[in-house]
Amino acid sequence: MTSGVKPNYTRPLDIKNGRVDMSHGSGGRAMAQLISELFAAAFNNEYLAQGNDGALLPQANGRLVMATDSHVVSPLFFAGGDIGCLSVHGTINDVAVMGAQPLYLSASFILEEGFPLADLKRIVESMAKASREAGVPVVTGDTKVVEQGKGDGVFITTTGVGVVREGINLSGDLAKPGDKILLSGTIGDHGMAILSQREGLTFSAPIVSDTAALHGLIAAMLDSGAQLRVLRDPTRGGLATTLNEIAKQSGVGMMLQESAIAVNQPVEAACEFLGLDPLYVANEGKLIAICAPEDTPHLLEVMRAHPLAREAAVIGEVLEDAHGFVQMTTKLGGRRVVDWLAGEQLPRIC
Amino acid sequence: MKYVDEFRDGELAKNIAANIAREAMPNRDYRLMEFCGGHTHAISRYGLVDLLPPNVRMIHGPGCPVCVLPIGRVDQAIRLAREQGVILCTYADTVRVPASDNLSLMRAKAKGADVRMIYSTQDALKIARENPGREVVFLAIGFETTTPPTAVAVKQAAAEGLKNFSILCDHVLTPAAMHAILAVEGGVALDGFVGPAHVSTVIGSKPYEPFADDYGKPVVIAGFEPLDVMQAILMLVRQVNEGRAAVENEFTRAVTREGNLKAQELVAEVFELRDTFEWRGLGSVPHSALKLRDKFSAFDAEQKFKVDYVAVPDNKACECAAILRGQKRPQECKIFGTVCTPDNPVGSCMVSSEGACAAHYSYGRFREAV
Repeated sequence: MTSGVKPNYTRPLDIKNGRVDMSHGSGGRAMAQLISELFAAAFNNEYLAQGNDGALLPQANGRLVMATDSHVVSPLFFAGGDIGCLSVHGTINDVAVMGAQPLYLSASFILEEGFPLADLKRIVESMAKASREAGVPVVTGDTKVVEQGKGDGVFITTTGVGVVREGINLSGDLAKPGDKILLSGTIGDHGMAILSQREGLTFSAPIVSDTAALHGLIAAMLDSGAQLRVLRDPTRGGLATTLNEIAKQSGVGMMLQESAIAVNQPVEAACEFLGLDPLYVANEGKLIAICAPEDTPHLLEVMRAHPLAREAAVIGEVLEDAHGFVQMTTKLGGRRVVDWLAGEQLPRIC
Repeated sequence: MKYVDEFRDGELAKNIAANIAREAMPNRDYRLMEFCGGHTHAISRYGLVDLLPPNVRMIHGPGCPVCVLPIGRVDQAIRLAREQGVILCTYADTVRVPASDNLSLMRAKAKGADVRMIYSTQDALKIARENPGREVVFLAIGFETTTPPTAVAVKQAAAEGLKNFSILCDHVLTPAAMHAILAVEGGVALDGFVGPAHVSTVIGSKPYEPFADDYGKPVVIAGFEPLDVMQAILMLVRQVNEGRAAVENEFTRAVTREGNLKAQELVAEVFELRDTFEWRGLGSVPHSALKLRDKFSAFDAEQKFKVDYVAVPDNKACECAAILRGQKRPQECKIFGTVCTPDNPVGSCMVSSEGACAAHYSYGRFREAV
């Protein structure tokens, strides 16, 4: 006797014209469908395939590093990237600058009712691509939906876990007087890409975000054997704010050379136009390294051999200074303090 | 960057610095005031003090639009936003100026007031068009540079019949403030002025002539780039040495004697002089600010919403007044860098990076470390 129950049929998600509605966060079938057709399909890996509330991960060999980062950037799509790849790169970089090899990511989405599924798909696929390229899978996640007007399209929080091998000790409080300060490339690209798009500014050459995962570069730097003290990615608040954080943590001062800090020409022009200082503008694919002076030439060579740090340069030196001033010799030959960012220069940048 | 790097060339700066050092007479001081916040910022940002001999001293003037805004004017805007429910639009740093009751426009926003930071008067008009059911008030601040765009906005609103748009007019005038500084009894110990850059593109160099002719103070109008400032300082040192007092123009690439006549006509059509206006630091200065002409009174938020100006004294410990007049240096204020910092400004000079205190705090405070 055949059963009278009709076989299950679910109409596939209408990615082309569909929009997020409240049922996608309800915990019911609609949510399960969104997860399987969109998220699981894109992120596809053995841990996600376990289908449980959390991912069961193999034993890690070494000290663990964990970092988390929320992304609220506006606009969601910008020259050089989008909120999806940015949310992968940002967290991988936070784990990697601790000296860790990033292993796994989690991703949590807050979606606004009415958000086009086509845009969501684009974002998720960009995340999946960034995660595949980095070799760091998204192993668990969550989705919530808020009413229209209570969010701004999509917010993404990612958390990363990594492992630090024996002998590596990086920390913001390890900078010593005499150490050299290295920067992996130009500054201000991400922030000005976002802002010029927001303000509708166009320049002869478009400004492209530098968003990138830095763990490959960092692995090469760690393998170089150079005595690295501190690694940091200068994101919000820019180079100036990050250096001040390190100076404060280490109880030291710094002297920078303005002429050694590279800024792409369109970025410089946009900053000039909007009255911003590139030292305070966010980066998403750059790092600062503080290194023992004797190892600096070798480290610089290793960095410049990597595609993400071709323009790496020594930009200054750590000094003894009870006041913890970060100072700079300007291109004009004068001296100034490079202070913490006061107030908010650019909201919603990452 | 072309047309900018040329004015930031370190080698040229050294040459000018060498000339200043050679020509400045060792047996006297040169006390020069840069009126404009833009110059204050350039001097601090590029560390120009390090290029000058110790007897050539730069004194920061009151030319920072948010710095001279008295507490009562910010209170007025906050009252409008909180009590009358208007959308209050204004330029960047204005939202951080401290007002009464531990408020600022930014803090009022956090308490629910609808305050919006805009980049241009056109943004304010756009907000008014998009919100026909709400009143939109533009807090119009600034010297002669920002006045023409406000005039354009008011004329546009009138032409479009945009009834929900009005302005709270706090536009002020540079020459009046310079008079106020020089008219102090017993005279001031100033040997000359670095004259405004952008303001002068609008008003020209002519309005400064009385300062040279009547007060005997040399004025050199300079651009905002560091080499402009260095060159202007050299020109001032030369005038002082020669015993001359004239208005000279270093910024010839943008400033003429007559200025921008079209902009001046536009401003004259929309605005008229206020009898008096209270400045932070300078007190009440006659004929130093603008108000809308009667013809445009429908766009005057003070009249439309009947918000009167109530004067409020500055914080007692705050030395903004003396600093804005060039009588004290930021570091001579007791609360500088302790209670009053750019993150928690008590006085207005600590708000904008063009303010004397914020510039010194952000760029120059290592100088006291020794």
